[in-house]
Amino acid sequence: MVTVRLATPLRKFSDGKPEIKVSGSTVREVIENIDREKPGFKERVLENDEIKQFINIFHNNEDVRFKQGLDTPVAEDDVISILPAVSGG
Amino acid sequence: MTVTGLRCRNCGKHYPIEAVSICEECFGPLEVEYDYEEIKERLSKAEIARRAPTLWRYRELLPVERDESIVDLKAGFTPLHRADNLAEALGLKELYIKNDSVNPTFSFKDRVVSVAVSKAIEFGFDTVGCASTGNLANSVAAHAAKARLNCYIFIPANLNLGKIIQTLAYEPNLIAVEGNYDDVNRLCTEIAGYYNWGFVNINLRPFYSEGSKTLGYEVAEQLGWQAPERAVIPVASGSLLTKIYKGLKELEVLGLIDSADTRITAAQSEGCSPVTTAFRTGEPIKPVKPNTIEKSLAIGNPADGHYALKVIRETRGTAGAASDPEIIEGIKLLARTEGIFTETAGGVVIATLKNLVEAGEIDRDERVVAYITGNGLKTQDVLADYLTKPPVIEAELDAFRQLVEKKQEVVAW
Repeated sequence: MVTVRLATPLRKFSDGKPEIKVSGSTVREVIENIDREKPGFKERVLENDEIKQFINIFHNNEDVRFKQGLDTPVAEDDVISILPAVSGG
Repeated sequence: MTVTGLRCRNCGKHYPIEAVSICEECFGPLEVEYDYEEIKERLSKAEIARRAPTLWRYRELLPVERDESIVDLKAGFTPLHRADNLAEALGLKELYIKNDSVNPTFSFKDRVVSVAVSKAIEFGFDTVGCASTGNLANSVAAHAAKARLNCYIFIPANLNLGKIIQTLAYEPNLIAVEGNYDDVNRLCTEIAGYYNWGFVNINLRPFYSEGSKTLGYEVAEQLGWQAPERAVIPVASGSLLTKIYKGLKELEVLGLIDSADTRITAAQSEGCSPVTTAFRTGEPIKPVKPNTIEKSLAIGNPADGHYALKVIRETRGTAGAASDPEIIEGIKLLARTEGIFTETAGGVVIATLKNLVEAGEIDRDERVVAYITGNGLKTQDVLADYLTKPPVIEAELDAFRQLVEKKQEVVAW
């Protein structure tokens, strides 16, 4: 299972929990699996099969835009963080 | 009360005033909204002129409700210098330097932090924090000390020594994180989701960023209530650039200036120029991995990059970049022509201005304001290798005469 850390506005999809355990072998699969449990999640995070403009997704602390995007492979014990992009500076 | 609420800049959804920064629908950034009719009645040029020379002279345009919440180290109302020597060197007719390096902690960040920490007190936070490239760390630590708040500050471990030492002097909890600023910022955004603290540039960001508007107000006031024709602004997250423009537009709405027709121009370092690259290529902003001596602007994934680009295009401005050697030369040029010693971010501004004038993208007849946002004492380590070491002589008159006469001979020859 992969640990998924969620930004506060997304915790309505995790019953308020800051992190959840999800299965999946790519970032996309993980998002789809959360959506299956909590419909509407995918729509919040993705648009036209791309990560929304104001969202950053990190896989093991690395922005997936520097990896293979939604196709980035994930393994057991990996951590995915879904965070707002407008932060810092 | 002149603030009416928060509004998502992306989808327009309204929110009450709370310590939130992100729209729960679309994750867009929230922006403070004001009742400008009310402000118009209360604020006039004469009223502003009567007030103390700090950023709080524009009190009605800042999102803090109660005067007693204000944490004021007397930031703002920094000098605007007419820079004729530098103008001559660059071939410009009329150039001004907004010297924001003389704020209480020696950078423009005191403006945003004074607002954010005041707001943190109104929200009842007992702990404030930030992710920082250095200047913000200095300022948050100083304001937290003054306000007697707990303070957690996160910086990249490879930061300039001067900035680390200054921060430590205020005795916050300073945590150096392995990685670049974008790593630190990602970590802090996660931490902010776990602890109920006031992170000035995360959950307090809508309030924090409003402080930068005062750099627009002040320049207009100092130019005799006129907007400059061109403003050259350093870009890291893009927040400063967008807020200087917002400040000028607000003055126009309030009738305090005729028109905010300033061409907004971005300055970045070549080793980290996602906004300039997007402007030049016409493509959306692509995050980059910074590789430059300029650390205070080294944000590879700029939070407000999208909005900064929009402002640059709307105002028919432009965006440029400077290489590391040009940044060093920019610092030295400003120091030797105008007597102002700036950090690397200021070197970026001067060098980019020079490049854009030489390329014909900035007209030589324009009235230009260059924003210098940080002090040279903070990044001395970068400059040290590029300066001529002083000659060492014996404490003898003859030794000095020999030195000077040798120099004169060289000149004569």
